[in-house]
Amino acid sequence: MAQIELAGKTYEVDEDGFLQELDKWSEEFAQAYAHTEDIEGTLTEEHWKVINYLRNYFQQFGIAPMIRKICKDLGIDMTKLYELFPTGPAKGACKLAGLSKPTGCV
Amino acid sequence: MEKSKTPLLDQLEGGKWPSFVKDMKQAAEKSPMAKDLISQLELSYKEKIGHWKHGGIVGVKGYGGGVIGRYSDRPDLFPAVQHFHTMRVNHPTGWFYTTKALRKLCDIWDKHGSGLTNMHGSTGDAILLGMKTDQLQPCFDDLSDSGFDLGGSGSALRTPSACVGPGRCEWACIDSLDICYNLTMNYQGKMHRPMFPYKFKIKVSACPNDCVASIARSDFSIIGTWKGVIRIDQKEIDAYAASDLDIQKEVCDLCPTKCMEWDGKTLKIHDGDCNRCMHCINLMPKALRPGKEKGATILVGGKAPILEGALLSSVIVPFMKLEPPYTELKDLIDRIQDWWDEHGKSRERLGELIKRLGMRVFLRAVGLPAVPQMVKAPRSNPYVFFWPEDIKKPDEIAKEVK
Repeated sequence: MAQIELAGKTYEVDEDGFLQELDKWSEEFAQAYAHTEDIEGTLTEEHWKVINYLRNYFQQFGIAPMIRKICKDLGIDMTKLYELFPTGPAKGACKLAGLSKPTGCV
Repeated sequence: MEKSKTPLLDQLEGGKWPSFVKDMKQAAEKSPMAKDLISQLELSYKEKIGHWKHGGIVGVKGYGGGVIGRYSDRPDLFPAVQHFHTMRVNHPTGWFYTTKALRKLCDIWDKHGSGLTNMHGSTGDAILLGMKTDQLQPCFDDLSDSGFDLGGSGSALRTPSACVGPGRCEWACIDSLDICYNLTMNYQGKMHRPMFPYKFKIKVSACPNDCVASIARSDFSIIGTWKGVIRIDQKEIDAYAASDLDIQKEVCDLCPTKCMEWDGKTLKIHDGDCNRCMHCINLMPKALRPGKEKGATILVGGKAPILEGALLSSVIVPFMKLEPPYTELKDLIDRIQDWWDEHGKSRERLGELIKRLGMRVFLRAVGLPAVPQMVKAPRSNPYVFFWPEDIKKPDEIAKEVK
């Protein structure tokens, strides 16, 4: 288990950098962590829209939503999603939203 | 003599066959990662348990796939393989490389990774095995600069692959190489940015020999075929008859549909009963050739067992002419993927979805007619069910008969 320090606070993360203690998530965490996912500067309203959607879905169902569902519910396409989160929705967006690491096929 | 540290793996070096253990030991002489990999594998064999954690999520900028995360669960014992990520590199269609390109690929890999490769994985990609997280982006940048790109991984369109087709083979009924390349370029987005319920594979075989086993290994199989009769060169038949080949025993008797007749002089083929198994053409390549009008049969739903059992692809279009820019083919692929993406559950392959919702639902959704070629034999295998409104009631039929 690794630890990272962001904005003066210490967090437990797994080897891919996903937050381990989900209740420690905060908006400050997401903002301070953003640069590691190739997002420069302040998170925009569009970033928050995706992050909040992911968090709500995760709280409701306990898993990350399928990508098609994200695009459909938020009315954005894949290109836009990758513009917002250059490392991708599974890696970048879920990490900032403080979700457990999505399980996917390899 | 010093006792070997890998007695179990050593057994795999025996025999006259190539051995991955031999290769790995050779690589271990200069690569610490390969060395620890051998040690970890020996431990896995000893304890009968894998020592990789379940897949991690790593990647390169702008791509959601192409890299598969791997971490050792015993980094205390094998620090060099603590990270051991795999990179999939899109292979050139038909696997035609120049030695220069291969050298370049290996040089890049020696610089950034373990030096171990798997040429090629079952998707067709060149697989680069074992790299650390901090090397991902620099390695990808070097690959890009040299003209390589990553293949598909995860719940995405996987790298399409094709047999060598017209590059080397006279039976090619379609240009499998061009189709594969065209589809690869057309679907870059779907390959690099995973958005599907699960993986989706497209494979192209240029004739029914199906050398890339597309029928068993791909969700969307394109297999070259012909319309009309098998072309017979009687002069060459005479030559075969005069040779060691026993035409009756080895050709006609082994024909699965028994559609051939041989009277010792003339070969007759009842083409209507031929199921294009290629047996006779393979045995007498000089005398028999596929028919003149060429195209492809499109099949869907093949997969290996993971969540459900294995499935072979089923015919959905008996014959499609395939010529650039392949608009009809691409439209069909798009319609199928849209339907699957819309209705598929997480980790449900296309074949499983068709099985769950029914072939008739699938056909209606993608706008294809039910045709006799979809059924193995009339009444014995009716997996294409009629819609209730299509079925005439007995009194209606009676009226028509009158």
